[in-house]
Amino acid sequence: MDYRSPLARVRGLGSAKAGTFHWWMQRVTAVALIPLSYWLITFLNLSLNAPYQHTVEWLATPLNTLCIVAWVLAVFYHAALGLQVVIEDYIAAEGIKIVAVWTVNLSFLLLALAALIAVFRTLLIG
Amino acid sequence: MATNTNRPTSPHLQVYKLPLTGIISITHRMTGVMLSAGLILFVYIVSSVAGGATSYTAMQELMSVWLVKLIYWGFIYALFFHLCHGVRHLIWDAGKSFDRDTLNRYALIELGCSLVLTLLTLILTSE
Repeated sequence: MDYRSPLARVRGLGSAKAGTFHWWMQRVTAVALIPLSYWLITFLNLSLNAPYQHTVEWLATPLNTLCIVAWVLAVFYHAALGLQVVIEDYIAAEGIKIVAVWTVNLSFLLLALAALIAVFRTLLIG
Repeated sequence: MATNTNRPTSPHLQVYKLPLTGIISITHRMTGVMLSAGLILFVYIVSSVAGGATSYTAMQELMSVWLVKLIYWGFIYALFFHLCHGVRHLIWDAGKSFDRDTLNRYALIELGCSLVLTLLTLILTSE
């Protein structure tokens, strides 16, 4: 049931478009990221300190590949969702706001793809 | 859309002294933004692993510069802080722990936990 007047509907007033889904996915990705942080930190520690072959072999182990890929998917989604809220809170001008949200979303999609491609390229080595 | 910009404004942030919970709340947001920026560093690291032994060594050299190391450990602390306060948000989402005593006690627990987790990571990875 939609109680908005025809004029309000045309102006786009009233309930947001996909607010609940946005909020919900922020929580779902947050919960996923809690255990996956372990794999991130292990990976970072190896990358910064371990010999090359060691890091490659670690990443090529099925469970580690799975968890790092899952972390990448969850974290870039989570970051884009979060930054969108920040932008919407501080930027009032409608045009700049939309451009900023699009820029963030597309940038993080691109970064996520870059990270995934790098993981898969490493598998080819390992 | 027609927006009336000539509206009265209420007293803003600067007239309040933020309580501990308020400081933690804004820190959660700031760490979130900083961690998002830090993801670029992750993409750089994982790309240099994919790039082969030469780019890997170059990355390790860059990451061992003290300023970069400081940024790295700042990232790790921000991660744990954001994680601890994130858990707090999940508890709030379940409709629990809104009374004042619990708010302040949990705030201290969060700060303690994030510090302990960072130190633990520092110790476990320093061998």
